[in-house]
Amino acid sequence: MVKVKEAAPSGLEHENVEDLKHYYYQMLLIRRFEERTSEMYVKAKIGGYCHLNLGEEATIVGLMAALKPEDYIYTNYREHGYIIARGVPPGPVMAELFGKETGVARGRGGSMHLFSREHNFMGGYAIVGGQVPLAVGAAYALRYQGKPGVVVAQMGDGTTNIGAFYESLNLAKLWRCPVLFFIINNGYGMGTSVEMGSSEPDLWKKGASFRVHGERIDGTDVLAVRDAVRRLRERAESEGEPAILDVVSFRFRGHSVIDADRYRDPEKVRAGREHHDPVRNFATLLLDHEIVDEAWLNVTAERVEREVQQAIDFANASPDPRFEDLYENMYATPVPNTPGREDALRAVRINRGEW
Amino acid sequence: MPIITYRQALNDTLGEELARDPNVLLMGEEIGVFQGSYRITEGLLQEFGPKRVVDTPIAEEGFVGVAIGAAMLGLRPVVEIMTINFILVAIDQVVNHASKIHYMFGGQVRVPLVIRTPSGGTGQLAATHSQSFENWFAYCPGLKVVAPATPYDARGLLRAAVRDDDPVIFIESLALYDTRGDVPDDDDYVVPIGVAEVKRRGEDVTVVAYSRMTAIALQVAQRLENEGISVEVVDLRSLRPLDRPTIIESVKKTGRAVVIAEDWYSYGVTAEIAATIQEQAFDYLDAPVLRVAGLEVPLPYAKELSAVSKPNANSLIYAIHQVLAGSSRGAPWAK
Repeated sequence: MVKVKEAAPSGLEHENVEDLKHYYYQMLLIRRFEERTSEMYVKAKIGGYCHLNLGEEATIVGLMAALKPEDYIYTNYREHGYIIARGVPPGPVMAELFGKETGVARGRGGSMHLFSREHNFMGGYAIVGGQVPLAVGAAYALRYQGKPGVVVAQMGDGTTNIGAFYESLNLAKLWRCPVLFFIINNGYGMGTSVEMGSSEPDLWKKGASFRVHGERIDGTDVLAVRDAVRRLRERAESEGEPAILDVVSFRFRGHSVIDADRYRDPEKVRAGREHHDPVRNFATLLLDHEIVDEAWLNVTAERVEREVQQAIDFANASPDPRFEDLYENMYATPVPNTPGREDALRAVRINRGEW
Repeated sequence: MPIITYRQALNDTLGEELARDPNVLLMGEEIGVFQGSYRITEGLLQEFGPKRVVDTPIAEEGFVGVAIGAAMLGLRPVVEIMTINFILVAIDQVVNHASKIHYMFGGQVRVPLVIRTPSGGTGQLAATHSQSFENWFAYCPGLKVVAPATPYDARGLLRAAVRDDDPVIFIESLALYDTRGDVPDDDDYVVPIGVAEVKRRGEDVTVVAYSRMTAIALQVAQRLENEGISVEVVDLRSLRPLDRPTIIESVKKTGRAVVIAEDWYSYGVTAEIAATIQEQAFDYLDAPVLRVAGLEVPLPYAKELSAVSKPNANSLIYAIHQVLAGSSRGAPWAK
């Protein structure tokens, strides 16, 4: 993990108690959602690749707490927690992981491609860096149409080594797009450390050539993340100034569910989980400030447990997408000479050996 | 009907679409201040201003991605890629993003985007500036790919593309920009995407073509008429969706087919068409289908060497004679 300056716990005197409790609830919800997701993956309820937000909870909740309803979010493929913290109920998210028709992308996207137009959650993207120009484009559209709001381009530390990132920085600054480049710096792009992959490991500096302001933030401190995003969000919206947020957090597990994490020193991983657990640290902070007590923590844990179980039950009970809908949404504007329901059924019958 | 150039048809249509819909904007390298590398956007910056006609830096991946993202929020960008060779640095955005977003996210968002670009090669532009990659995009479900051959179709298909809610790759040709044709100026006609057209009726053999090769096929058909050979020309106009019924209907009538395209022979557009004919009109064929396509080299610079490496009227006439003779020797450029 990259070193960040030791910050004393934020003074909480100006905080709204209900907000603080809500942050904790959301962080715990993400934590338990992801832990249960891992279980469901092992049970083969979930297929494909599956990347968890464990260790990233404060970063996610801090970001979402600072954003407004009119803002848009583009993320990478490690995004379950983001869409939940943005307000999408866990049920349709879990249903998407299960590949069900009730999922947030109707079972067509899966873990890496979550989406909710209603929540301005504009997608998880699984080609590293691909979402970054899209986010700049969304910000460009806001500016073009004279609408309020900003766009967040969330990405991992490894993404800062790909060309699309730099083209995006240039265009965002050149065209004064209200976009925040929100880098989850957990020290590793898959198994490649930041130092191995980046000649400039201080990722917040990477906007310098484009005159894009950058800051490093402790991603395990939900309030620090929230406050930084609020400040830079405001500037992006009012002045069209993009910014880089280099948000340092600790990845609890391997890159994806099936990654055995052999490239990290097990002792350091253990210590990282011990010292940089944003959920536990925030619980301690709230207890120390007597904002909550053990009883409240227990009630919240039970509530979260119940909600995640309900999400799993919902996903389990949901229908699979129908074969005849295979070609549905192939095109938004219908055109001739494209396959339809009958074609889908005929091909599917053959491919299932039912001719 | 006024006779105008293919270039003028595009320029007029872009201007009309900008005037019709405030969400339409043009983006690309050198399209504004420079007036367009091939003058397709000439005068539009002056008429519509820099908000609507946006000069971009040399960053295809970046600005194609920006156009897709902007389209997701309701703008209707029309992007110019200077030539199709340069789209390769943006192909991730086109193939992994533009083509997937509507379907993969369950139909929640649309990507009304047009990417215009000239394909193919003439004028000694050599290996890196003469390629045809429309088949790469036609291969990809989720995209629409059109390739008009005439000013009339250029206008009608560009209208259709700009008004369509899906990403459309609009294939042009440097060699067509100065060609002329009838284009009505008082009629808001649209040429439908996904529909081929029989550009010339004939009895003896069907030639399937698109873009510049359609122009060549029509010239050849005219020449061969004097020799008593009646050629039917099917102009695909769209590569995706592909209008298979129109191709098949023509081949069932003539019993013989030559497919011509400017891209390389192996794995090119001609392979798809020939395979379709074989699958759907086998019993109607009086001879094997022949394919005419580019010779498989990085296109050399030297004038004569360059010219002979691309399919032309000679190669098409050769192929038509082979097919009429019932030859099963195959295409000489297949190796």
